[in-house]
Amino acid sequence: MTAAAVEVHGVHKWYGPHRVLDGVDLTVRPGEVTVILGPSGSGKSTLLRVVNHLEKPEIGHVSVNGELIGVRRQGGRLKELSERAILAQRGRIGFVFQNFNLFPHLTVLDNVAAAPVATGKLGKAAAQELARELLGRVGLGDKTGAYPRQLSGGQQQRVAIARALALRPGVILFDEPTSALDPELVGEVLAVIKDLATSGTTLVIVTHEIGFAREIADRVVFLDGGRVVEQGPPSEVLDRPRHERTRDFLSKVL
Amino acid sequence: MSEPPGAAVSVTEAPPPTDVPSVPPAPQRVLPLRRPGRWIATAVVLVVAAQFVHGLATNPFYQWDRFGYWFLRPTVLDGLLITLEVTAYSAVLGLLGGILLALARLSKSPVLRAVSWTYVWALRSIPLIVVLLFLYNFSALYKTLSVGVPFGPAFFSFDESRLATDMAIAVIGLSLNEAAYAAEVVRGGILSVDQGQHEAAAALGLPKSYQFRRIVFPQALRSITPNYVNQLIGLVKSTSLVFYVSLLDLFGTVQSMGATYPGDIVPLLLVATVWYLTLTSAVSVVQFYVERYYARGATRSLPPTPLQKLRAGLTDLRARIRREAAV
Repeated sequence: MTAAAVEVHGVHKWYGPHRVLDGVDLTVRPGEVTVILGPSGSGKSTLLRVVNHLEKPEIGHVSVNGELIGVRRQGGRLKELSERAILAQRGRIGFVFQNFNLFPHLTVLDNVAAAPVATGKLGKAAAQELARELLGRVGLGDKTGAYPRQLSGGQQQRVAIARALALRPGVILFDEPTSALDPELVGEVLAVIKDLATSGTTLVIVTHEIGFAREIADRVVFLDGGRVVEQGPPSEVLDRPRHERTRDFLSKVL
Repeated sequence: MSEPPGAAVSVTEAPPPTDVPSVPPAPQRVLPLRRPGRWIATAVVLVVAAQFVHGLATNPFYQWDRFGYWFLRPTVLDGLLITLEVTAYSAVLGLLGGILLALARLSKSPVLRAVSWTYVWALRSIPLIVVLLFLYNFSALYKTLSVGVPFGPAFFSFDESRLATDMAIAVIGLSLNEAAYAAEVVRGGILSVDQGQHEAAAALGLPKSYQFRRIVFPQALRSITPNYVNQLIGLVKSTSLVFYVSLLDLFGTVQSMGATYPGDIVPLLLVATVWYLTLTSAVSVVQFYVERYYARGATRSLPPTPLQKLRAGLTDLRARIRREAAV
C-alpha cells in the first residue's frame, strides 16, 4: 500500500469562537492534482495552511507522505513537535502564497537559493546552480540579478514557484496563486503550474480559476462552512454537481 | 448606436465657429507662471543670513584668533578622542542591548516580555545624569563584583574599584540608557516588516536564527537606521554628561580650560560647537550611505548620491539653456 501524499484527518480549527474548519477529511494520492474550490470564508486557505502547519489544528491531524505534520504520536496521544522539527518538515512541503512574499532585499537568484543553503541541503555554489536551472524552467533565466520589486506580478509569482521547488518538495501547495495578478498575467503563472502538474508533482491548489481547474485537476474538492461538501473528478463536481450549495456557487463564478 | 432623431439635423444648424483659424497653429511653448513673492522672500532670507554670517565673522566677541589657537590644541583633541571612544562603545553596546531587549519584548515568554518592558520603563524614566552618578558611587554599594552562579559560588571575582575606571562607568551608564531607547527603535523596525515575510520564511523551513539574521532584521534595518541615527546624534551630545563622572571629554576639556582661562570661554564654546557639528555631519553622511545600502530591493532604483544628483542637475540645466537658446 502506498501512503497518501497528503492525508487530512478530522481537522477542526477555531479562530477564537469562530469555527473555520469543521471536521475536514481529505486524501490526496501521489502525483495527483487537487483543486480546492469554495466561497470566501469557507476555510480553503486555512485548510492549506494547516497542511504545512502554518496553522495548528485544534483537533485532528495531517500527514504528508506518511509523516505526521507538526505532531508526533506518543502513547496514543498527539503531541506537538519542537519548532525546529516543524521547520524541517516544512522543507518537504512547498508553499506558494497569493501575495508572492518574495524577500525584497535579496536578488531573484538569492530568493531561490536561500532555502537550500540555510537548511544545509546544498552548498552555496550548488544552490545557485539549482536556482539558475529552476528560474530557467519558469522562464526567468535572464532575471537572476533583478530584485523582486523590479519584476511584474506574474514574474514574481513564477520566482516564488521556483523558490518553492528549490527544496525539492514532495507536495506543493498553492494558495490562490493568481488572485493578486492582473488578468493578462494570470496565463503565464498557470502555464508554469500546468507544467508542474504534467511532470507528476503532487499539487494542491486553492483557486477561483474554474476553467483551469477543469483543465488540470484530477480531483476537485468543494468546501463550504469549513466542511467538504463534495469531491470528485472535475467532470462530476463541475459539470454535474450533486449538491445545491455547489450548484449555487458554480452558477455565480462561471 | 442609437441617436435621438433629429440630432444630426441640429448639428448642421449650429452657427459655424468664427474665431477658430482653419489651420491648426504650431504647438506653442507654455510659459511658466511668474512668482514674484517667492523672489522677494528669497531676497529677505538671503539678506538676514548674510547679516548673521557677517556678524559671526566680524564681531570681536567671538575672538576667532583664540578659536584658531584652541581648535587643534592637544588637550582639546584628547577630549575629542574621549568623546569619540565613549560614543563608539556606547553606540555598539547600546544597539546590541537594544536588539536583545527588543527580541525579549517580542518573544512568546511572558517573563522575558515583562523584564524587557520593565527595563525600558525604568531606564527611560531615570535621567542619564542620575544613572551616571549612581554608577560612580556604585563601589560604595557593592565592594566586589563576582562572576559565577547567581547566589552561588563565584568562579573569580575582582575588585570593583579597580574595574570601575571612569571610562567604564561612562560607557556602562550611557549603554544602559542607550539600550532602553534602542530597544524601542529596533522593536519598531521589526514590527514594520510585513507579516508575509515571516510566513514565507517559516513556510520554507528556514532555521529560526536564519529567519531573523537574513530575512527579518535586514529589512527592519531600513526603518531602524534613521531612527537609530537620531538616537546616535543624541548620544554624541549626551557624552558631555560624562564630565560629571570626572572624565574629560570634549565638553569637559572645554569647561575646565574655560575655568582656567575665563577670557577664552566664548572661543572655547565655539571650538566645542564646531567639533560637535563635525561629528554630527559625519554621522549624517554615514547614515545616507547606510540607508542607501538597505534600500536595495525596496525601491526600483537606488536614490542618487549627492554627486550623482549634482551631475544630473548640471545636465538638466545645460539642456534647459540649450532649449531656451533654441526658442
